[in-house]
Amino acid sequence: MTTPVVKGAAYVLVHTPDMVMHYGTTCSSEHEANPNSEFLKKVPSHLRTFEEAVKYAPNQAYIGNILPDELNNIPRPWYKNLMEDAKADGKMGEMLSQDELYIVMKLCDAFDLVMLEKSFSDAAKEKISKKPYFTEAEIAKIKDGFDISEIESKLAEGAEPLHYNGKVVGCVKAAHATDKSLTAHIMAENIATKATAVIATKNLLYKNNISPDSIEYVIECSEEACGDMNQRGGGNFAKAIAEVAGLVSATGSDTRGFCAAPTHALINAAAMVKSGLYKSVAVVAGGATAKLGMNGRDHVNKDVPILEDCLGAFAILVTEDDGVNPVLRTDIVGRHTVGTGSSPQAVMESIITKPLDKNGLKITDIDKYSVEMQNPEITEPAGAGDVPLANYKMIAALGAKRGDIDKANMPTFIKEHGMPGFAPTQGHIPSGVPFVGAARSMILDGKINRAMIVGKGSLFLGRMTNLFDGVSIVMEKNPGKAEEMGAVSKEEIKGMVAETMKEFAAFLLNRK
Amino acid sequence: MLEGKKVIIIGDRDGIPAPAIEECVKTAGAEVVFASTECFV
Repeated sequence: MTTPVVKGAAYVLVHTPDMVMHYGTTCSSEHEANPNSEFLKKVPSHLRTFEEAVKYAPNQAYIGNILPDELNNIPRPWYKNLMEDAKADGKMGEMLSQDELYIVMKLCDAFDLVMLEKSFSDAAKEKISKKPYFTEAEIAKIKDGFDISEIESKLAEGAEPLHYNGKVVGCVKAAHATDKSLTAHIMAENIATKATAVIATKNLLYKNNISPDSIEYVIECSEEACGDMNQRGGGNFAKAIAEVAGLVSATGSDTRGFCAAPTHALINAAAMVKSGLYKSVAVVAGGATAKLGMNGRDHVNKDVPILEDCLGAFAILVTEDDGVNPVLRTDIVGRHTVGTGSSPQAVMESIITKPLDKNGLKITDIDKYSVEMQNPEITEPAGAGDVPLANYKMIAALGAKRGDIDKANMPTFIKEHGMPGFAPTQGHIPSGVPFVGAARSMILDGKINRAMIVGKGSLFLGRMTNLFDGVSIVMEKNPGKAEEMGAVSKEEIKGMVAETMKEFAAFLLNRK
Repeated sequence: MLEGKKVIIIGDRDGIPAPAIEECVKTAGAEVVFASTECFV
């Protein structure tokens, strides 16, 4: 039986300031309730430029140009202390602008629902064609743009507008005249999810030199659901994304579980590879337009830039053991069960300490915990505090209670085994998975041996249960060489046995 | 302090969730008229 490894990870951010205004639920709800509100008037002046978003240190951590720990060396507020030498191209991904997203949405548009104005479309097509991961054939598939009058006509019929620098440059039409699951708004949300996931998948392949046809299965774990009125969450984003990304050998399916979905998907992928079902499984997710500017009201009130101005996406590849990449320990998996209860201590014990106890490990045996990695600069102005720090305090407290660490050493433990939050509040995006790529690098570089990836989800938001959810899995340094030595030793033993038998036979013959 | 009082509970997903608060206030004699955990991230 093979061991699953993390072969690569890619992280993408798309700066979408106009979508904050028109697709984020905070702003769009305000548009409906109070279109002339002071908040809405102030939003444009609180939006960042693409360059400012690129130079924002947490974003650089997300796309892999700095390690999350390096944020400790940059004074806060990070939005005032920009990284002047920052680049949109990342070691593990990239940042894109809104025009690039819209043209990839057109590339992902299987039913001619996306209409872009001709000159905008031509310019964006030219821009995206420079991306090394899109082939000429793929770019050629992007259909021509439209006259603005045609777009205006569709907007009058209820299409959703696509803005760029405050101007309408396109629209997304409804996919059905009456189906409430295929409205223009839902189609725009879903096509944006698909497009951002495609970009992340393309980055995963390109930056890790992975052949698209080597991937056998895709697990998609975004926040949205696609389907029609007869099966509202019927799916299947995974196969739709795989098709555009050129994963010709793959099938796939969608996994949902609010913010916990990506860690569930990672565990599922590891189990699929471990069982031998598939050799190569990609876990992918696109961005959630609804969450853009979610805390924008508080940001504006406190005169902080609207920091939730990017869609987040990621793609992680789990494959058979290559003897090099970090392994996913399917035997060190935590889960919040139905019977766990809801007290914070019970939740953390089930996710963190129970799997460690089962394997004879202490809390300090995990070098880095990747919990809810929301950027605190986004959540603190809204009163939600520093979420990763709250998680680390709970883990440290559990450690002190168990005697794994001294109570006085809790702050040191938090600093060494935690890290600052750096992920955008896109729901599923911050939950455990944003550190998988950095953990892989740190393990390969010998900086750490083990990381625990923790995903938590607010199931009660779906109003089907009051239950919370959480799962975890451990990533660990690959003991490849030791295994290899073991395999060689077996061969050597066989040789030694054969040699001994040969000698014994010769001894018997000589005795005669 | 809570004996005979009506209580509305808003729990925090990353703090204390509503069911945990509900159990505590019930033992103090309060009547829970609404309890919900919310997600602020």
